[in-house]
Amino acid sequence: MHIGTWQPCPDVVYLGNNVTAYLLRRLLGTVGVIFLVATATFIMVFLMPGDAARMYAGPRAPEETVQRIRVLWGLDQPLPVQYVRYLGRAIQGDLGQSTRDKRPVLQAVLERLPATIQLALAGLFIELLVGVPLGILAATRPGSWIDQLATMIALVGISIPQFALGLVALYVFGFVIPIFPLGGYGTPLHLVLPALVLGVGGTAFYSRVLRNSILEVTGEDYVRTAKAKGLSPRTVLTRHILRNALMPVVTLAGLDLATLLGGVVVIEAVFGWPGIGLQAWNAIRNQDTPMIMGTVLFASVAVVFLNLFVDVLYIAIDPRVRLT
Amino acid sequence: MVQIEIEKPSERGFWVQLRRLPRAWIGAGLVILVALAAIFAPLVAPADPLKQFRDGLAANGTPLPPSAQFPLGSDNLGRDVLSRMLYGARVSLSVSVIANVTAAIIGTGLGLWAGFYSGPTDWLIMRFVDVLLAFPAILLALGIGAVLERGYRTVIIILTIVTFPALVRLVRSQVLTIRERVFVESARALGATDWYIIFHHILPHTITVTVVWTTLSFANTILVEAALSFLGVGIQLPDPSWGNMINEGQSRYRIAPWMIIVPTVAILITTLGFNLLGDAVRDALDPRTSQR
Repeated sequence: MHIGTWQPCPDVVYLGNNVTAYLLRRLLGTVGVIFLVATATFIMVFLMPGDAARMYAGPRAPEETVQRIRVLWGLDQPLPVQYVRYLGRAIQGDLGQSTRDKRPVLQAVLERLPATIQLALAGLFIELLVGVPLGILAATRPGSWIDQLATMIALVGISIPQFALGLVALYVFGFVIPIFPLGGYGTPLHLVLPALVLGVGGTAFYSRVLRNSILEVTGEDYVRTAKAKGLSPRTVLTRHILRNALMPVVTLAGLDLATLLGGVVVIEAVFGWPGIGLQAWNAIRNQDTPMIMGTVLFASVAVVFLNLFVDVLYIAIDPRVRLT
Repeated sequence: MVQIEIEKPSERGFWVQLRRLPRAWIGAGLVILVALAAIFAPLVAPADPLKQFRDGLAANGTPLPPSAQFPLGSDNLGRDVLSRMLYGARVSLSVSVIANVTAAIIGTGLGLWAGFYSGPTDWLIMRFVDVLLAFPAILLALGIGAVLERGYRTVIIILTIVTFPALVRLVRSQVLTIRERVFVESARALGATDWYIIFHHILPHTITVTVVWTTLSFANTILVEAALSFLGVGIQLPDPSWGNMINEGQSRYRIAPWMIIVPTVAILITTLGFNLLGDAVRDALDPRTSQR
């Protein structure tokens, strides 16, 4: 990382050697949060009604078998011992066994993860592909009909429930005009509808954020200077305004990917998309506790790490970032 | 996340600003419409939302399209969709109101506490908030839905938990700046207790943030409740909620699309109303993000 080579300017915070200290502090904080997240999931597992060992063994298994499982899983131990063991196993990547298909939870999650990542990235792609031009259009003509329209689209976009939009999309483009398959996974065609539906809300959001950000940057002195130099409006927009106005979008995109990863449950359920969300939902219906909690823990840790990554990325691309 | 920075404009200026925005009127109109539907559901609804009519299904057992008897059609059990939609408004609105009020109280309280007493307490509260924000909302909701008995109360708990953490951060950041203002210092010099300062000097300045934020979060809680009920961990059948109505319609969208369209439009009207109103309130308070 070459952050230290930046020259200090009046309104710029010079990072110097603080970067390493900052990153270290940030990393420690992340470890702390993950520890607390794991604690929270342990508490939820503990509060879960029903006997996990009995669930795993099945209703007709003899009591001795169930007791053996209890001893094997340490369920006969006092709570603090169970807690420490839980953390120890979690650190080693052991998130427990699915009570339904008797497989390690982590293995099941990792198997389904590529599908979820694929869908999340496709959704993010749509968001940026539509949201960025829409935001630029709205900001370059504030108050015009196109700005009004973009505002309307944005409002409807964040107001419509995704699962309902998904069902309507399936009905129209899968059934009435059968262009796309009625859910499922495999070909690029399967990806189109879920990604579009997933992207609608974010598209709206990005166009609004970018619009406001562009309008804010346009008022800056350096933009006035660039205009006064006689640069074409196009050059001013691409070279001077967008470079700065896109900053919040980059940050949000990173954070958004995190939410998309964990939040695609509903879309996956509607489209039968075999990702971790659909798996968690099926686990709920099968009362497969370890699977649900394992997925929750896994997704949260992924979110925490993505947040850390975005923070680091932000330092790397914006020299003015202030460290507090 | 919504960024709200408010210089506390005069109350009068706010209402004047708000009244000028058409969005405020449309939004308020939609919200009032839904609220009236929820309050007067027992009077307006043509039928009992749980009643399964013998003549509510076609001869082959499929739901009936809209007719004089069933203005918005019937569902798979021969129940009146209009009545279920009206009673669903009661569920959606009441759950959201309770959750948002609770979240506003918890969020403001913790935010005040963390911001006013920096130090270990602040650190502890903020880490707690970090943890809650680390959980993806719907997944966390599925987890809680698996632990607690599903139903009305659990939905409120889930909505509160996914709503208040962001507010804590917002209120805390406000308190951090207000704490340093001269009037707080003079109050302290005059011997005011911490409680007095918090309630008389700091809380009034954070109320606006809480109000704006809560208005905007209503739409979100409505959507989360619908998603939960759609996934089957929210309001349980046969009680009607817009989310579980869509769930029931999901497998029948080819033969009875109205089972999905009616609750979807109801959700859309409600969330659009709250979003328009919230957007207008924010603009009236913070002229920098306004339309022109």
